[in-house]
Amino acid sequence: MENLELLASEAEKAVDQAADVVSLDQVRVEYLGKKGLLTGLLKALGKLSAEERPAAGARINEVKQQVQTKINLRRDNLENMAVEARLAGEAVDVTLPGRGEDVGGLHLITHTMERIESFFTRVGYTVEEGPEIEDDYHNFEALNIPAHHPARAMHDTFYVNENTVLRTHTSPVQVRTMKSQEPPIRIICPGRVYRCDSDLTHTPMFHQVEGLVVDQDVSMADLRGTVDQFLKAFFEADLPVRFRPSYFPFTEPSAEVDIQCTNCRGKGCRICKNTGWLEVMGCGMVHPNVFAHCDVDASKYSGFAFGMGVERLAMLRYGVNDLRLFFDNDMQFLKQF
Amino acid sequence: MKFSESWLREWVTPAIDTTELVAQLTMAGLEVDTVDPVAPDFSGVVVGQIVSVEQHPNADKLQVCQVAGGNEDLVQVVCGAPNAREGLKIPFATVGAKLPGDFNISKAKLRDVESFGMLCAEEELGLGEASDGLWELPVDAPVGADIREYLSLDDQIIEVDLTPNRGDCLSIRGLARDTGVLNQLPVNEQCCDPVEAEISDSLNVELRAPEACSRYVGRVIRNINVAAESPMWLQEKLRRSGVRSIDPVVDVTNFVMLELGQPMHAFDFAKLEGGIVVRMAEQGETLRLLDGSDVTLNTGTLVIADQQKALAMGGIMGGEATAVGSDTRDIFLESAFFNPIAIAGRSRAYGMHTDSSHRFERGVDPLLQGIAVERATRLLLDIVGGEAGPVTMVEAQQHLPQVSDVTLTVARLQQQLGLTLESHLVTDIFQRLGLTILKADEQGWTCKVPSWRFDIEIEADLIEEVARIYGYNRLPTATIAAALPIEGIPETRQGLPVLRQQLIARGYHEAITYCFVDPTVQQQLAPGLDALPLANPIASDMSVMRTTLWSGLLPAIRHNLNRQQSRVRLFETGLSFVPESDGSLLQESMIAGAITGSRAPERWVDNQEEVDFFDIKADVEALLQLGHTHEQYNFISTEHPALHPGQCARIERNGVLVGYLGQIHPRVQKALDLSQPVFVFEMQLSKVLEDELPFFKGVSKFPEVRRDLAIIVDENISADDLCSTVRQNAGDQFVDLKVFDVYQGKGIENNRKSVALGLTFRNSSRTLAEDEINAAVECVLKALEKQYSASLRG
Repeated sequence: MENLELLASEAEKAVDQAADVVSLDQVRVEYLGKKGLLTGLLKALGKLSAEERPAAGARINEVKQQVQTKINLRRDNLENMAVEARLAGEAVDVTLPGRGEDVGGLHLITHTMERIESFFTRVGYTVEEGPEIEDDYHNFEALNIPAHHPARAMHDTFYVNENTVLRTHTSPVQVRTMKSQEPPIRIICPGRVYRCDSDLTHTPMFHQVEGLVVDQDVSMADLRGTVDQFLKAFFEADLPVRFRPSYFPFTEPSAEVDIQCTNCRGKGCRICKNTGWLEVMGCGMVHPNVFAHCDVDASKYSGFAFGMGVERLAMLRYGVNDLRLFFDNDMQFLKQF
Repeated sequence: MKFSESWLREWVTPAIDTTELVAQLTMAGLEVDTVDPVAPDFSGVVVGQIVSVEQHPNADKLQVCQVAGGNEDLVQVVCGAPNAREGLKIPFATVGAKLPGDFNISKAKLRDVESFGMLCAEEELGLGEASDGLWELPVDAPVGADIREYLSLDDQIIEVDLTPNRGDCLSIRGLARDTGVLNQLPVNEQCCDPVEAEISDSLNVELRAPEACSRYVGRVIRNINVAAESPMWLQEKLRRSGVRSIDPVVDVTNFVMLELGQPMHAFDFAKLEGGIVVRMAEQGETLRLLDGSDVTLNTGTLVIADQQKALAMGGIMGGEATAVGSDTRDIFLESAFFNPIAIAGRSRAYGMHTDSSHRFERGVDPLLQGIAVERATRLLLDIVGGEAGPVTMVEAQQHLPQVSDVTLTVARLQQQLGLTLESHLVTDIFQRLGLTILKADEQGWTCKVPSWRFDIEIEADLIEEVARIYGYNRLPTATIAAALPIEGIPETRQGLPVLRQQLIARGYHEAITYCFVDPTVQQQLAPGLDALPLANPIASDMSVMRTTLWSGLLPAIRHNLNRQQSRVRLFETGLSFVPESDGSLLQESMIAGAITGSRAPERWVDNQEEVDFFDIKADVEALLQLGHTHEQYNFISTEHPALHPGQCARIERNGVLVGYLGQIHPRVQKALDLSQPVFVFEMQLSKVLEDELPFFKGVSKFPEVRRDLAIIVDENISADDLCSTVRQNAGDQFVDLKVFDVYQGKGIENNRKSVALGLTFRNSSRTLAEDEINAAVECVLKALEKQYSASLRG
């Protein structure tokens, strides 16, 4: 049986020396195969006495098992090495860009409008839209701006003909909604509006979001709260907000809303013309004449309306310094948002 | 309205500084736009007088002046101004003076003659335009006085941007009234005592359009000296209000307008023929205005006429023929009340806008005309002399504005402001504003509105006044409380944001282009449509309303192609404005896109193939597949004037037109100056967003079987036609069809093509038998052969 130890050590040496899975298998066949050397020892057990046989058999099987374990280990090892070698050859430069389409983007104005809409729709306002070519009645008359009213000069109106205009505000949508729905009404009206004016701070088309709330017992306190909460949410800052008396034919009382200058925090700078304040919205309590035009019972209901320029808010929020960039549609601009 | 702070303070004297005053006005709804100092910083300048002038010994253009006014008796100053002469009073910058622009005056030697200071022009003090001489001060200017004090230069020019409802504040008097209210101070009314008539001359006045002009006040003043100069204080007040000094008569009428708010006019009395007639113009009547322009009037325009002719556009502008000129000796002063309705919009209709029309449109105090005439007479007599006739006042009582009583209830005030105000506070505010309280009790107030407040007519107006004076920012704020019913959201209506996100994921950037477009671009893209033109476009290339979003997208593509962007993908959503055959206008919400350049972004790995029809079609399909109705859509080969005839499709949903896609026609591409091919689509949003609810169809446990067929057909047979034949004939077990190859060329006859179709079959309850599938395929092949002479590819 001294042969057993020798064979075992030779086998183990051969296993270690096997350079790949194929030669390892040859080693296995040579020692553990049906005609293998270790297997052969088992066949020779018959020559031993019955007393010796179990112990010797057990010993041979033990060695066989040992060698088999060794082979298995070596195989795993060799296989792992082979995989690693293959993987090493498959390495890529992970810093190269991925294949496929680059993602485009939403226009900053649309993004801003959607964001504004979301503040209001979350609390139960619905979004209403309307035509952009409007009749004089919906754009002016029903909003308490009769022909020749000096307030018409506040709107540099594009005319299609005497009675048809490009809407100068989204307020006609408020009129259409009040005429078609019963209070309570809580809507916002986003969209394009047009004024015949073009310079550094005006484009002939721009965007507004207006809001309208009509219900029993709506007050100026509700208006102030709504506007204040919205502006703080929009700018994600506890900005001071102030209301200034102003004039719109369709609201009474009317107010302009200023926020503390987002640039200088009220210290005074070029952007706020050294006033420390920026005008961002107009608002007021719905004028009884507007209710009358829209068949809303002013003795039962009251309401407020507000309106804001989307470009203005977007410029303040994202630091855009030239209004006209919004409509140049230059990729350099569009890709930034 | 521009005015100087010092002028306002002559009328009302709040103990607050400029900053506070400005803030107060702004917060009272009289928004201050700008505050500018009347004069820049300078010091050491006094009123000087040239006592003697001698020629400079060494320079032709210089003179040596002895000047009084400095600290010493006489000071020698070398001066080059041509108007330097003995006796002249001028601004004198003494040694040590600091002039604007960091200019320090020190002792100097000019061509060997010593000079102690500088004689100044207006420009050198930052007070006027460049001129070629010294600023000639009035003869009564006090020699030695600091020029800043003498001219009240420590003053601010304040410009308020008044809203149209506050016509009453288009005067110092009106602004002073509100300032007084805010500071609880009285207003110092200026003297407007009647001036006794010294002569009896007067003109008859006839109001033939009493609804337009319900009060006309006139007065003759004879023997004036129109050559007299307006005093410095008058010139300065006008200058600080942005009004140019012209002659003393015009200056006085302008001054009274600025001070009291009553626009006035002075006619040359000698040029009037007979009495004044205030009437509507005759159609086609012409008039040459003060500014030299000729207008042809219509019957909606009020004129001031004499017995022969129109003299002036009432409340808008005087005429040239009867204007006061250098040879005028006698004048006729006009101070009238024109009804806002009669003036509003008229000047704009004639393309005009004057200080006068601006005020009359907004409403001039109807009780002001007599006062203004007296004020103007007094000033004129002081400045240009002459003798005044009696005041003629003609009025049509029934057409004068009726002062209405307005009632405010406590309940309404409380409801609208969300605040309970003590009754005496409200009463006080009303009284300060000049309202007469007719009745006040626990129910509320009934007030008579002062004649100057055209904007107070109804209860809401009173509420605003209370809020405005009380302070908007002292009012409470509240959070709206409302019922929160859950409301349905139709699931069969997709949202636009999802479509936008889909295009963004496919590399598109959203564009926003103007809805008014270049008619030449529009004509290229929709030659058959008469795009709606604007009556008053801002530019000729922005003058018609787009009938397709391509009219804005393609110029945007061009803009980027011209700026080193070779790959551009843009989309836009918005209205198109399509004129209908019945004359109406369809405003339809559209979604459109345009792509150009390489199929994929430039990369290290992809080949750089250019986009083609099937790229934009895939984008369209990606939009249509967002819903559950994409099988309802068909792409049909068609023609479109803007698109390539061979690469153009109509998109239909159940046979109804939804939109178009294709390549921009090379002719159009050239006309629009696009440097490379562009592919576009446009669809009606309302149709695309309309969806259906998906419904479960079951999941089969049994395997599907696929059969591939390569068939040969004429090349003009569309894939759609083949596929629909397959679907109709493939039997109940058929579930899916793919076109996986189209081939033309070697091995295929000319004008024929090979189309490879993959058919998938499956049954939900059993494994399909071979012969069932064979039978179905056979059926399909027979139908294809019959309809399209299709043969199996060998």
